[in-house]
Amino acid sequence: MNAPATTAVESDVAVECVAVQKSFDGTPVLKSIDLSVPHGQVMCVIGPSGSGKSTFLRCINHLERIDGGLLRVAGEMVGYREHKGRLHELRHHEIARRRADIGMVFQSFNLFPHLTVLENIIEAPMAVRKNQRDDAVADARRLLDKVGLTGREDAYPRMLSGGQQQRVAIARALAMRPKLMLFDEPTSALDPELVGEVLSVMKELAAEGMTMIVVTHELGFAREVADTVVFMDGGYIVEQGAPAEMFANPQTERCRDFLGKVL
Amino acid sequence: MTTPIPTTDQPKPDLATLQVAPTRHYGRWFGTAVLLVLVAMLVHTLFTNPRFQWTVVAEYFTTPTIIEGLFNTLWLTAAAMAIGIVLGTVLAIMRLSPNPVLSGSAATFVWFFRGTPLLVQLIFWFNLSALYPKLSLGIPFGPEFISGSANEFITVYVAALLGLGLNEGAYMAEIVRAGINSVHSGQREAAEALGMSSRRILTRIILPQAMRVIIPPTGNQLIGMLKTTSLVSVIALPDLLYSAQMIYSSNFQTIPLLIVASIWYLIVTTILSIGQYFVERRFSKSDNKPAFTLARLKKTVTNGQREATA
Ligand SMILES: Nc1ncnc2c1ncn2[C@@H]1O[C@H](COP(=O)(O)OP(=O)(O)OP(=O)(O)O)[C@@H](O)[C@H]1O
Ligand SMILES: [Mg+2]
Repeated sequence: MNAPATTAVESDVAVECVAVQKSFDGTPVLKSIDLSVPHGQVMCVIGPSGSGKSTFLRCINHLERIDGGLLRVAGEMVGYREHKGRLHELRHHEIARRRADIGMVFQSFNLFPHLTVLENIIEAPMAVRKNQRDDAVADARRLLDKVGLTGREDAYPRMLSGGQQQRVAIARALAMRPKLMLFDEPTSALDPELVGEVLSVMKELAAEGMTMIVVTHELGFAREVADTVVFMDGGYIVEQGAPAEMFANPQTERCRDFLGKVL
Repeated sequence: MTTPIPTTDQPKPDLATLQVAPTRHYGRWFGTAVLLVLVAMLVHTLFTNPRFQWTVVAEYFTTPTIIEGLFNTLWLTAAAMAIGIVLGTVLAIMRLSPNPVLSGSAATFVWFFRGTPLLVQLIFWFNLSALYPKLSLGIPFGPEFISGSANEFITVYVAALLGLGLNEGAYMAEIVRAGINSVHSGQREAAEALGMSSRRILTRIILPQAMRVIIPPTGNQLIGMLKTTSLVSVIALPDLLYSAQMIYSSNFQTIPLLIVASIWYLIVTTILSIGQYFVERRFSKSDNKPAFTLARLKKTVTNGQREATA
């Protein structure tokens, strides 16, 4: 680890990356990622397939372990603890505790197919947060209401449409009361007519002030909701800026190419 | 541009009004005829060959020695399977561990117990006292708390359970491992992202979904185990087969007593197969059905009972 010796913690930054690197079997996927996401902001990440967007999101909640650089979430280093100037790898339960504060929504929903919608949502609050079942159920109903799925508690995931499943997945993540939400192409697996219902839930979430990092190809959503758009390519952040500016006037050739293909 | 397709009511040829000449399968007819003749010969000899001695079969079918043997076979099957399932699950989890010592020892265990004949393992356990005359429990290389003669501890029953259970554990480990691997990696990731502990992820998310893949071959193993237990006759454990052997060694009615044992094996296998059919029917469809939970199993069982009594 070539972690810089900075120990200062900026409390207004939700996610802070300095020279983050990640390789798979010697192939670098993230070469050097620098960025910071302030609390309450929405960042959209765009870029061609294979550019490392998913890998980057997965590093943030330590589903992947970074090989170099520094990554902090809410001021705490991801996967490590600093003690007397040395880094100590976190134990599994410490990693789990930090993950619990970060919600993640996957492209393929990943609902638990053997559990009902309600069981999917209350599982982690009960198992991880040790909430009482009654409280967890009440909370789950409130969240289902919020994502527009009142009354579907007892359905199994396979009985729901893709858009409904993804909204349950969002409710499941929100049930942990996360401080940060990560979305990895949440609408890419959906039929076009179902994309809107998921995006509108996400817009509502953004409006409530949730800090969000969203990997997406929905440039309309990015334009409307994002505070910052980040264009990733080849393991680097190539361009970063306000959506309107970037989409109207991309500064780099690669970004212009990409936007030309997607828009 | 779209063009509407005109719908017309043209007359269509109708199968019902035409004569259909079915294809003739001469090969099948011939095969059927040969089989029927063979079956007739078999039935004929079963009833007319006096050396089958059906009266002796009937006489010994429910004799106490045989029934005790059957009972031993049944509990041995159940106990060995229980050991196998628990051990197999532990081994499968070890095998999938990132720790090379854990996964390596599990792999070695499976390699060894699948790679040597069960018959040899049984005899080996039974003769363990030849290798270790004294067994003791204590701190490794340190003081001993309990110790005793291996001969007293390793009874035929202990040897049988060790042999059958450890061997089954090796096979079940592969079945459970395949089951765990069949669960999509996104399931573990989603659970990890929610901050769930490894243990909870395994018991609540992975294993219940793995059941769909684990249960059918386990039913198969159970039926196999019923007959594999007959190997314990080599260490003189009075199971169904050994009981039959004990009787025919004194009255020399070898064939009728082997028939008695075989009929009992067939009866139990039939019952187990019927059970397996219902369990498998439940789980093979579970791609679009909720997977296994205890509550649902209870529901299935009680529904089955209701249907059976109705
Ligand atoms: N677990 C892994 N092992 C090996 N290589 C991996 C692994 N995960 C990702 N990669 C590789 O890393 C690169 C980046 O993958 P990643 O999924 O982050 O891209 P992405 O930008 O999300 O692409 P997409 O838009 O297709 O989702 C790809 O070349 C991929 O093959
Ligand atoms: Mg991706």
